Amino acid sequence: MEEQEAQQKDMASKAHADVHADEEDAAREGESYKLRIFRGDAEGGREVEYEIPAVEGMVVLDAILYIQAHQAGDLAVRWNCKAAHCGSCSAEINGKPKLLCKARVEEYGGQDIRVHPMRAFPVIKDLVSDVSWNYEVARSTIPFTTDEQAPFEMYEEDVERLYEPKKCIECFMCQDVCHVLRTHQKHEEFAGPRFFVRNQWLEMHPKDTERRVEYLKEGRGGIGYCNITKCCTEVCPAGIHITDNSIIPLKERVADEYYDPAKWLMRKIRGRRSPKTGQIIGRNGNRNGG
Amino acid sequence: MASITAAIKKPIQRLPWWVGPITVTAVLTGFGIYTMVAVLFFDRGEYANYLSPFYSPPVNSPLPAWLSPAIFVLWLPLGFRATCYYYRKAYYRAFFWDPPACSSKAQQREPRSTENYRGERNLFVWNNIHRYFMYGSFVLLIFLTIDTVRAFLPEGSFGITLGSLIFLVNVTLLWSYSLSCHSLRHIVGGRVDCYSCVTGGNARRKAYSWLSVLNQNHALFAWLSLFSLLITDIYIRLLLAGAVTDLRIL
Amino acid sequence: MERNGNTNGARHGHEVLEHDILIIGAGGAGLRAAIAATQRGLSVGVVTKSLLGKAHTVMAEGGVAAALGNVDSEDGWQTHFMDTLKAGKFLNNWRMAELFAKEAPDRVYELEQWGALFNRTPEGKISQRPFGAHTYTRLCHVGDRTGLEMIRTLQERTLATEAKVYMETSVTKLFQNDEGRVVGALAYTREAGKFIHFKAKAVIVATGGWGRIYKVTSNSWEGTGDGVVLAYNAGAELVDMEMVQFHPTGMVWPPGVRGLLVTEGVRGEGGFLRNSDGERFMENYDAERMELSSRDVVARANYTEVTEGRGSEHGGVFLDITHLGYNGIMKKLPTMYEQFLKLADIDISKEPMEVFPTIHYTMGGIKVDPETCATNVPGLYAAGEVGGGLHGANRLGGNSLSDLLVFGRRAGEGAAEYVKGNGYSAEIESSVVEDEKKRVVHPLERQDGDENPFHLQQELQEAMMEHANLMRNEDSLKEGLGKILAIKDRLPNVKVHGSTLFNPGWHASQDIHNLVQVSEIIVRAALERTERRGAQWRLDYDGPDDELGKINFIVKRDQQGEAGIEKREIPPMPDHLSRLFDDGDDKHGGEQGGKESQF
Repeated sequence: MEEQEAQQKDMASKAHADVHADEEDAAREGESYKLRIFRGDAEGGREVEYEIPAVEGMVVLDAILYIQAHQAGDLAVRWNCKAAHCGSCSAEINGKPKLLCKARVEEYGGQDIRVHPMRAFPVIKDLVSDVSWNYEVARSTIPFTTDEQAPFEMYEEDVERLYEPKKCIECFMCQDVCHVLRTHQKHEEFAGPRFFVRNQWLEMHPKDTERRVEYLKEGRGGIGYCNITKCCTEVCPAGIHITDNSIIPLKERVADEYYDPAKWLMRKIRGRRSPKTGQIIGRNGNRNGG
Repeated sequence: MASITAAIKKPIQRLPWWVGPITVTAVLTGFGIYTMVAVLFFDRGEYANYLSPFYSPPVNSPLPAWLSPAIFVLWLPLGFRATCYYYRKAYYRAFFWDPPACSSKAQQREPRSTENYRGERNLFVWNNIHRYFMYGSFVLLIFLTIDTVRAFLPEGSFGITLGSLIFLVNVTLLWSYSLSCHSLRHIVGGRVDCYSCVTGGNARRKAYSWLSVLNQNHALFAWLSLFSLLITDIYIRLLLAGAVTDLRIL
Repeated sequence: MERNGNTNGARHGHEVLEHDILIIGAGGAGLRAAIAATQRGLSVGVVTKSLLGKAHTVMAEGGVAAALGNVDSEDGWQTHFMDTLKAGKFLNNWRMAELFAKEAPDRVYELEQWGALFNRTPEGKISQRPFGAHTYTRLCHVGDRTGLEMIRTLQERTLATEAKVYMETSVTKLFQNDEGRVVGALAYTREAGKFIHFKAKAVIVATGGWGRIYKVTSNSWEGTGDGVVLAYNAGAELVDMEMVQFHPTGMVWPPGVRGLLVTEGVRGEGGFLRNSDGERFMENYDAERMELSSRDVVARANYTEVTEGRGSEHGGVFLDITHLGYNGIMKKLPTMYEQFLKLADIDISKEPMEVFPTIHYTMGGIKVDPETCATNVPGLYAAGEVGGGLHGANRLGGNSLSDLLVFGRRAGEGAAEYVKGNGYSAEIESSVVEDEKKRVVHPLERQDGDENPFHLQQELQEAMMEHANLMRNEDSLKEGLGKILAIKDRLPNVKVHGSTLFNPGWHASQDIHNLVQVSEIIVRAALERTERRGAQWRLDYDGPDDELGKINFIVKRDQQGEAGIEKREIPPMPDHLSRLFDDGDDKHGGEQGGKESQF
């Protein structure tokens, strides 16, 4: 019995030992990576170069956390899950928005790695920018509204296209790369790709009874500013086809309401049809006005 | 397949950001000049049983002879493409640099000042009539399909020639481009919120899903069909000029 | 949402903000509590260390356990209740488990009412999937991102209320008035280091777990045990602190992602576990339930296979889902596919994954009243992972998400009820606030001191990994306790550099106190429970001890400020509950006798 115990103890410690042994294996003898990281705040700043030991499979966030622990304790970076699920660690690597936890250092194969904060928002410090504007837009969005009581009878066929926009992890990289925000600073009149994604599923939800076209065209949405140049789609880490599957469908709905004379005439003559049931719901079916 | 695209993608991503917009500008400008020249200076788009897609359907023109009757037809496909969601992206990026590319470096080069940027709110709000161009384009496509059938009937009976194959490829790509249109997808199913609640919903859902698959390749079809149009017209002009003879396959 | 200006220099002022209820934590439980409390017309402030919607809830992948009976119509709250107790080896608070099993379905439907979208059955109902040790197919899910759906729904719902959300703000201390009632807290904004004195009539702690005390963990940096230590310092009782759940399947390679979660959904969808001999080894541990046995069993099995030399190249076992094919995986487990492809260069539709247990969840926590989530400290409430009692010695997959909803709501309503019934003042001595502020900025402003908080945390994590792992024994635990206490002695020497402006080093110097305190409590409690039960697996004892099976260990800060441990008997189950187990079901979750106790 005692012998068995001793053996078990021995085994347990071996497994723990593995934890360290593995990392030593992975650390590449003598190799190192160089990163140039923006250090500064709202007032300005400069790039600082750091050199760190190379570890196999390392992502840029690993490198930054290493720098934080060993070289610059006050290097500000925002991160949470480190698994590309939460969307916290967005920053710009070589001018392109990336999740730091997903960007493998090896991918840059010897190129410069220059890490900067997202530039469509005010910089707080180092790699952290103030994204609170996004939450103001979130508050302005017309929330899910229904006149039915859950549990809903809803079929996979009706909702399968809603899974895609629902994958959004709110990394706000689409907002960052959108030139309407980053270059033209239309923060006051434009909601940005992330919120078109949200409005799309809200609009297409079989049980939702609100109408959002007026918000999108006339209100905070400002969808007309979008000129569908697809940068948002290119950077989405969740693989959402933001332009094709969220923005353009919403633009088409706006066109139905505001830019289609035949549809306008039909509404005048016959009344508005419900997108849910196809039933005519009266001439003033638009609850939002508009 | 995936590895091939990845292998191509890597080096392309390494190119400087301005390569993309400049290429698009060059190709679109080239196409525009060719079309202008072809339509304004050469009014004969017909050779044997082939009718160039630029001249279909043929119109009896009341205009002076130096003005090609093609302009009565051509505005429709041109308008369809000019208001197309894909081409919009292409020319906003290539011609207007709004933005030329996605990197911060490229976006810093945007020429328009913040006050002047209106997106699709001012002039470009007209792009919203895209759906009407689409309706018209489908009518044209019917004529082009008939032309393609005629191309397979050299001397009145069935036969396959190089020309007929070019026609077939061209019309297939044109159909693919038109069917993958975002507006069509919206009208067929995009505007319905609950398929199981409306009559015929299931058929619409299936059509929507199918069109969505096509739609993912809209940009590809946009380019391929542009080139196939060009090639078809050039082929006919080469036949007219006697530079080549039509190859009979069957 | 609230952004506060910068303050620099030696004199640190503070802002005073008032709410009826202050909620610490904006994960599932905190947000659900906020919704419940605002519905009662109260002013609510929610404080979160991160941005809204980034809480650890977002990482939950598998699903929400609720006995809807949409797939298996025989399912009902009784079975869910029994499954929960059996998995928890009957250490659970049975009243909590009863309320939980009964209310979970309504809470799920409520999410649907608020716009959450779950996968559907062919009949148009919420679809459910099988999961480890759940008798029936019970987990409501949407692909493998159920937590994301849940937090987004709650977040959007919260933003539609009057509740104020203070993002990137950390709480350092709970304030109590002369009667000992909790009447507020001190917090600082991470962005600017600006202090806020929150005055509140009640405080709900919903800060989640403390997985960050270990090196190999699926938890984000936030899991530092702030809430449990805040409550402990205020005099709250903690329960079952020795119970730390190891998830059987975490990634092992590359080192940067070691510990990253591989959802139980992989096994739920039919994934096999194999060792390096290609053997489906779960046959030797739980032949009946195989890969879908409870988490503690599968975790120990994986651990044993590796320690006995049948592990993979990087020290894991193989988890194989290739038979689902690319399309099946993209439909059911797209996140996993992406995760392995991007981070480990592994295409899981072609190759098996390498997995090893990773620290995942803390069953123990603040002891609460099942009906209202009130703690023994008046004015203090707790819900979610930071609360203890529901899960006992082991938590079932999917039970945490429904836990957040059921007890988040109950905490919100319980606190609201308390606030409405109590009209006392939230005033405290100003010196208390000043002292606390001084303590918080000390590591930054001092001239001496040479301890780096990041390195202390690393040392602590290594000590916990070595001495309080999923197999424990007295000698090792004692050695671990010694190391923890040695680190504790070094805490007063922590020094950090830079300003109060978004300074992670300074933030770490606050967290490290919580990490060390909670580690000490865990090891002390683990020394007391001298048996093998659920997550507490003492190699120096043979099996479960019937006497210890009737008690919970309660930890409370004693007069000297040390962790006092009390044995407290679990009250007998009332008839209507105990009768459920009479139908020939064993009361040990299949753990007594049988093959399992061989290791």
